Amino acid sequence: MDGIDTEMPNRDFAVVGKSIPRVEGFDKVTGRADFTDDIDLHGMVYAKVYCSPVAHGKIKKVDISKAEKYPGVLAVITGEECTKPYSVNDLLPTETALAVDKVRYFGEGIAAVAAINEQIAAEAVELIEVEIEELPVVVTAQESEQQTDNLIHDFPNNTNHTAEQIFGDVDDALAQADVVVEETFYTSMVNGGFLEPQSAVADYDPGKKKITVYNCNQLPHMLQHTVSKTIGIPVDDIRVIIPNVGGGFGGKSEATPSVLITCLLSRKLSRPVKLTYGRDESIYQNKGRHGCHLTLKLGFNKDGAIQALDLNVLLDGGAHSGWGFVVLWFVAALTHLPYTVRNIRYNGRRVYTNKPTPGAQRSFGGVQARTAVESCFDMAAEKLGINPYELRMINAVETGYKCPSVVEVRHAEFKKCLTSVAERSDFVNKHGKLPYGKGIGLAAGHYSSGGAFLLYNSSRAHSTANIRVDTEAGATVFCGVTDIGQGSTTVMTQIAAEVFGIPVRKVNFVCQDTLLAPMDNGTMDSRATYGAGHAVKNAAIDAKQKLLEVAGAHLGIRVEQLECKDERIYSIYDDNRFIGFWDAVTMYQDVIGTCFGTGDYTPPQPRGDYPGKIIGPSPAFGFTAQIAEVEIDLQTGQVKVEKYYEATDCGQAVNPASVEGQVEGGVAMGLGQALIEEIVVDRNGKVLNPNFHDYKIPTTMDMPEMDSEIVDAYDPTSAYGGKEVGEAPTGPVCAAIMNAVYDAVGVRITEVPVTPEKVFRAMKGQHSRGLELETTTIGFANAKYRGV
Amino acid sequence: MQQVVQLNINGSPYEIMVAPNDTLADVVRRKLGLTGTKLGCEQGDCGACTVLIDDKSQLSCLTLAIACEGKDIRTIEGLESNGTLDPIQQAILEKNGVQCGFCTPGVIMSAKGLLNDNPQPTREEIKVGLSGNLCRCTGYEKIIEAVEAVVDGEYSDDKVSQVGAE
Repeated sequence: MDGIDTEMPNRDFAVVGKSIPRVEGFDKVTGRADFTDDIDLHGMVYAKVYCSPVAHGKIKKVDISKAEKYPGVLAVITGEECTKPYSVNDLLPTETALAVDKVRYFGEGIAAVAAINEQIAAEAVELIEVEIEELPVVVTAQESEQQTDNLIHDFPNNTNHTAEQIFGDVDDALAQADVVVEETFYTSMVNGGFLEPQSAVADYDPGKKKITVYNCNQLPHMLQHTVSKTIGIPVDDIRVIIPNVGGGFGGKSEATPSVLITCLLSRKLSRPVKLTYGRDESIYQNKGRHGCHLTLKLGFNKDGAIQALDLNVLLDGGAHSGWGFVVLWFVAALTHLPYTVRNIRYNGRRVYTNKPTPGAQRSFGGVQARTAVESCFDMAAEKLGINPYELRMINAVETGYKCPSVVEVRHAEFKKCLTSVAERSDFVNKHGKLPYGKGIGLAAGHYSSGGAFLLYNSSRAHSTANIRVDTEAGATVFCGVTDIGQGSTTVMTQIAAEVFGIPVRKVNFVCQDTLLAPMDNGTMDSRATYGAGHAVKNAAIDAKQKLLEVAGAHLGIRVEQLECKDERIYSIYDDNRFIGFWDAVTMYQDVIGTCFGTGDYTPPQPRGDYPGKIIGPSPAFGFTAQIAEVEIDLQTGQVKVEKYYEATDCGQAVNPASVEGQVEGGVAMGLGQALIEEIVVDRNGKVLNPNFHDYKIPTTMDMPEMDSEIVDAYDPTSAYGGKEVGEAPTGPVCAAIMNAVYDAVGVRITEVPVTPEKVFRAMKGQHSRGLELETTTIGFANAKYRGV
Repeated sequence: MQQVVQLNINGSPYEIMVAPNDTLADVVRRKLGLTGTKLGCEQGDCGACTVLIDDKSQLSCLTLAIACEGKDIRTIEGLESNGTLDPIQQAILEKNGVQCGFCTPGVIMSAKGLLNDNPQPTREEIKVGLSGNLCRCTGYEKIIEAVEAVVDGEYSDDKVSQVGAE
């Protein structure tokens, strides 16, 4: 497969598969770890932003004269300072550093002040006078696409993108299906809720005419390009350094205006400028999950085999483009798995609204697709008289499956996941048989791992690693992947240590700096372990090979008969014939020079020719199956998740404790969306919950007892068998809980968050189950305004 | 009007000029460079800025520095001693209770405050004790396990040695 070693190796690893603590963990538990806002540069000044008090309007006047004269203020800029718009990959760029002529969402920046300290900057912002001619506000996707005159940008019907994909003959398959289910769903717009608000420091060097940007960002190399194109500095004059990132979850995978504002101010002042958002601004800048209306139709044969999937999607795109194009196509791509459906039709639109712009939050497209598909699977199971677990097993994909879109699943242990959760929870015996008010619900999913063709749709390597091995620094890996808390630095270190047979502490991992680390697609699309892992392994093998040649000559043994372990290079036939690893390194340095290795990784290019084909194909897929056990308070409709089972196929877990952490955190994020989270705006587009007091994310008290298992798996296409686990676990949580609620009280909630109010109203509409189980639907998705 | 206050931070006395509205978080982060104390919301919702004041966990973003005169303040930087971690730090590290690390100092200080009040909390009491600390990465499971391990004596002071990833 495209030059990848697919042989199953001996899995007797020294470091891979071990739950070593985070290599940067000591710094994090002692407060030593620096995040962007912790950076303090010589002569640094501070920026604050004037945020729009209205969601839609024409800017008539911005008077900065009083602010400019305020003592301690060094510069004030408006949108005129830089009118070049940006988006992800230049797809319909609409966003600017500061609003130009128009504001399109509540909290959008209109002007920015740089001052000698934050307090003076904040006081000066109060002196800026802005006149805005308010325009009618559009807050739902449905009303937005009805607009002809009230356009947020100059696109007809406020439409950002449309997407259509057709595989097979869906109408014919549905007509011939024995059972067809159809339902409409709404998944809420939620915020990433990373604990670290976005922060940026820019440091322009007027002597070299170069700029250094410090920013909590997942894609440093893409950020270089965005900054370059937007403010007009050549890419290679921009150095991006990523300090520790206080959670990303996708929301930090594109430029925030703060980066561009600090660059503009720093270039103007030739001084370092820092801008850290407050929690309110962090939520206004959002880049969380798209709100999504879905209408799904599934057709099945009476034996349970799925025949057709017909999905219509309307994404609430908020004010700007961002990742929207990609998310729209990802919803389509994610309908092809994890079930063997051959006839698929997808119609999607993404429209602008006067709301904070969503982006690429963890399992993007996945939460939306899974909520609809997994709910409809349970609806179909009931009509078919087949247990929901059995129905999923009948249709589950296996290794070698080729989607109608030509996407190939080169490795899958999905059925093991389903069986694992079903057995541990005793699902088959409990489902439909628990006392009224208690329920159990199953849902499953997957996510792509290592794709990301959308950023650089060329044959350019997606990840590259360089390694230097010497007695002065040990083994030092230079790689562009970003650790956003998921643990990539630890995993990459483990991979390099495994190749060389040396302890983890002998490996230095240099990343998150575009000057030092080679180009990398970055931390997105669950690609770090798979993509960068390949590059690091290949680079280490390259260096190791050079060391083996010297060791082999010294020992008089052919290179292919040598192995590295326990800091020794020895004969695989006689381990008494060996040389110390570092002795071989010394020898190499003495005779040849410093030992360098390089390696890269490029996934197989997507084949076929169909719309949206660059989004979705992936060299690997992670799988998950999940079961929620809930208890409903019949007086209030409150859903309490008592226990949560999860099983994950992430291939070989390179670091099992990190995998468990990803699963537990991923489920927690899904649980928040399922039960409590939603960005709420009023009818004027004002965000009503731009803080953690009103925008609730789960606390210790909200978490159920977790029972997760990593199923035995090894993806032979991967470096050491590992694939993604960061995103799949978030996808099915809403559906698992909705299915459990149905099992508990016989009402099908079709909209998240599943609030007590929705459950209570639904229960009032249907008093008991066991009667004719025509599903009751409750949803407010068609209400004109959400939340008020 | 700024004035001088005497603050006892991590066992050392400091004389610092503060404004009446300077929070303790601002002072330790910006004036003393103790940036281990994090600001996630500056409204008392997230717990990232938790420190100990006279052994009780408190939100430093809601505490005025001027009100701390004469009190014993301990930040995350004051837990470790010459490279030896506090048992809670050690447990959070080894049990993988840390991911992005932004909430971690606040979580550790809250746990410290909890164990100061109640050295033998039940799992439920641990959950309640940490309910004011938001974490978006871990789902809390490994954090709770780490505190339980400390309560169970797995990380008592004499068992804690200098840590290094092997």
